[in-house]
Amino acid sequence: MFADFLLRRLSLLLFMLFALTAFTFALNYLFPGDLLTNFSGELNANFSQTQILQQKYHIDDSLLVQYQAFLIRLFQGDWGLSLSSGQEVFGHVKQLFPATIELCVYALIVALCLGIPAGVIASAYHNKWPDKVISSLTLLGFSIPVFWLALLLIMIFCLSFGWFPMSGRIGLLYEIPPVTNFILLDIWLHDFPYGGQAFADALHHLTLPTVVLAMYPTTVLVRFTRDSMLTVLEQNYIKTARAKGLNRRQLILDHALRNALLPVIKQVGLQFSTLITLAMVTEVIFSWPGIGRWMIESIYQRDYPAIQGGLLAVSFFVIFANMLADVIHTLLDPLARNQAHGKV
Amino acid sequence: MANRATDKPPTQTPSALQQYRYLASYWLLPMTALLSALLAGCSDNTAQAQRKIQGIVYCAEANPVSFNPQVTTTGSTIDIIANQLYNTLISIDPLTAEFRPELATSWEISEDGKQITFTLRKGVTFHTTDYFTPTRTMTADDVVFSFNRLFDVYNPFHFVGDANYPYFQSVGMDQLIRQIVKVDDYTVRFELFSSESSFLSNIATDFAVILSHEYAMQLVELERKQDFDILPVGTGPYKYKGFLRDNLIRYHKHPGYWKHDLAMDQLVYDITTNNTSRIAKMLTKECDITAHPSATQLETLAARKDIRVDKAVNLNVGYWAFNTEKPPFDNVLVRKALAHSIDFQKIMKAVFYGNGIQARSILPPSSWAFQTQAMPSYDPERAREFLTQAGYPDGFEMDLWAMPVSRIYNPNARKMAELIQSDLREIGIRATIVEYEWNTFLERVGQHEHDSVLLGWAADTPDPDNFFSPLLSCTATFSGKNPANWCNPEFDLLLTQALDTSDLQERKQFYQQAQQMLITELPVVPIAHGMRFQASNTSVMGIELRPFGGISLANARKN
Repeated sequence: MFADFLLRRLSLLLFMLFALTAFTFALNYLFPGDLLTNFSGELNANFSQTQILQQKYHIDDSLLVQYQAFLIRLFQGDWGLSLSSGQEVFGHVKQLFPATIELCVYALIVALCLGIPAGVIASAYHNKWPDKVISSLTLLGFSIPVFWLALLLIMIFCLSFGWFPMSGRIGLLYEIPPVTNFILLDIWLHDFPYGGQAFADALHHLTLPTVVLAMYPTTVLVRFTRDSMLTVLEQNYIKTARAKGLNRRQLILDHALRNALLPVIKQVGLQFSTLITLAMVTEVIFSWPGIGRWMIESIYQRDYPAIQGGLLAVSFFVIFANMLADVIHTLLDPLARNQAHGKV
Repeated sequence: MANRATDKPPTQTPSALQQYRYLASYWLLPMTALLSALLAGCSDNTAQAQRKIQGIVYCAEANPVSFNPQVTTTGSTIDIIANQLYNTLISIDPLTAEFRPELATSWEISEDGKQITFTLRKGVTFHTTDYFTPTRTMTADDVVFSFNRLFDVYNPFHFVGDANYPYFQSVGMDQLIRQIVKVDDYTVRFELFSSESSFLSNIATDFAVILSHEYAMQLVELERKQDFDILPVGTGPYKYKGFLRDNLIRYHKHPGYWKHDLAMDQLVYDITTNNTSRIAKMLTKECDITAHPSATQLETLAARKDIRVDKAVNLNVGYWAFNTEKPPFDNVLVRKALAHSIDFQKIMKAVFYGNGIQARSILPPSSWAFQTQAMPSYDPERAREFLTQAGYPDGFEMDLWAMPVSRIYNPNARKMAELIQSDLREIGIRATIVEYEWNTFLERVGQHEHDSVLLGWAADTPDPDNFFSPLLSCTATFSGKNPANWCNPEFDLLLTQALDTSDLQERKQFYQQAQQMLITELPVVPIAHGMRFQASNTSVMGIELRPFGGISLANARKN
């Protein structure tokens, strides 16, 4: 049964990846500028270079052969050169993407730690004051645009009070050799240079972007947990449990929470695409050296190979994250495996 | 819909409270742990304040285009690389304008002025970096190699980077030097075709750096010649460690620096293109020094106790250049009409906020060859007359290129362009403002793709020739440094005559004629001379603000 489900998901994944790569491949033709430059990122190539490139990219062959060559290069990690830096796009992606994932993961952790308990509390005190306070705060948080919140926090905490730095992942004087490109992990691997100061500084830098980025998923999770909890609490088995004399703590934590969290887990996976979008805005404002800021810069500079590379990397990641959340959800909820068709 | 969970008899309230506590402790435990860890981190910070790493963070306004000053004249790049990574043979004292020994301890000029012999300093070490370990100190080989790269087509590095050496080509040094001879290990002789009075000042510019011959040969062996301008090796107080585009450049201290041991452990350039962000980073202390704070923000900065704003006279000029090879700008009447249509007073107020000097010639008043010229005045009526005479009574359409970064000679080119645009509309000319990313912008202006451009020039030496030859001579046109695309043999003759003599009065006369000629021909309209501003944290000392050349952080230190 589960294998069957996985098979369906995988075939869907393959189709998605095909659509994605085909679209990215087509972008080379759709972008303005020279086709060969869009593919390779090689500016002002001389005659002999052009010849070599034409062979490498199979420019004179049919579209199908070109697409095949494109896929092979993709898997070999040859994503062309960035027009603005002249370095390999894949190298940039490898370096920058972990920073974005790191930020998203921390934001998600904060959202989970705050959102789920808040949702549970709101449902436990349905229509009482804790519910009303939480719901109004959630609505407020949900309505605040990320960039505005970010600027507001910078104005208050960075410029007025000077409590937090406003840019980057770590004080620039701390020199952390990139191994995994996850900053906290790198500092840990590097055995806490400067007596842990670097670690504290990195956390210090993390705080504001994480808070800003966590705002939206937190509010979504609060609302989801609350609604799903209320639905579960309506069900007959809860009524039975209540009739047996269980108190509310037992009722919620032991009986209702597990079932109520199932749709929430699925929601966490779906949040990833929104999170990456919001991360781009956050990165630009906090000068966070992640893939979002890099992509936006690339768009400004018409750096077509970089735009393609960034697009591919981000889309791959979102698809995989969704898929993973879906699989986990199915593992935990046998009912969901029974769907006749795969969904994303 | 009645909710069972909350619909409870009052007797159960204590249990609800209990449960709330339970919930709170259940979920908030990890959060409190994290918070206390953070607080612990903070207290750690104060305890270990002494162990904090020593370094200076400088907020720069653009990515460097190269790490070798020989191949660029872009001010934002020179500010970052020249004085930190490299040394020159001689330098110019900013106060007395006399030559000072640097890598050359003494120099001698022959009777006819055609042979200049430099005696080199002994024991000067090159940087030991991740990619190069020197085995010897600086000798005459390095000096000969560094200059041969510029002028000798047989030098293996001459054609690396398309043989483009804008400064030296625009001042015509490539046609001046006959050969450079190594006399012995510590003596180098420059042999010139003719004597030129600005030769020593050109050798003293930030561009005439000394590179390592040994490193170059190593790259030839490894067949990685193109790395030469990307991974630098010099003799300066700091050595290259890393560069992350759009993020930072990191330099480490060069421990064996020949001059002094003042350098900090690290010098980091935080690349922040946004003007406001640079100021904000000053306020949050993420930057110790910031480049080109804009005039509107100076008061905010000066009001803070921990920030010092320095102001210095600088040799520079901001101008509006016309592409004189492109009709209708090849017509001097059109250029005159355009010049007369601009309200300079308004520009001085709105762009410079009173922190600049309105131009009275192409030379700034602090130059010794300066002479006040009859500048075109703001007179739309006259402008329209000139236009009618030139055959454009109804005006025309044109491009107005505005540089995208704030430079000393033009803190806000965009705003200036908008003011000019509205002034031009008065006389029936429809101008479109064009902007590109800074390095692309310079490249395209170099290819003369523009109609007219708002740009400027900051001097590299106090010699007045620095305002003429690199900017408006014919050789500058060929090397793409002449934004007016203006090549006038008569003008070039004046410049050559001025360089041929070393008599100060005579030179002055030639330069005054040149200034006059520029105002009558108007290939460029000089607009203003800016002041150099710099904001720095009060704990940083020893930053040298010179009236010419790039910023030097060689002596900067932090308490």
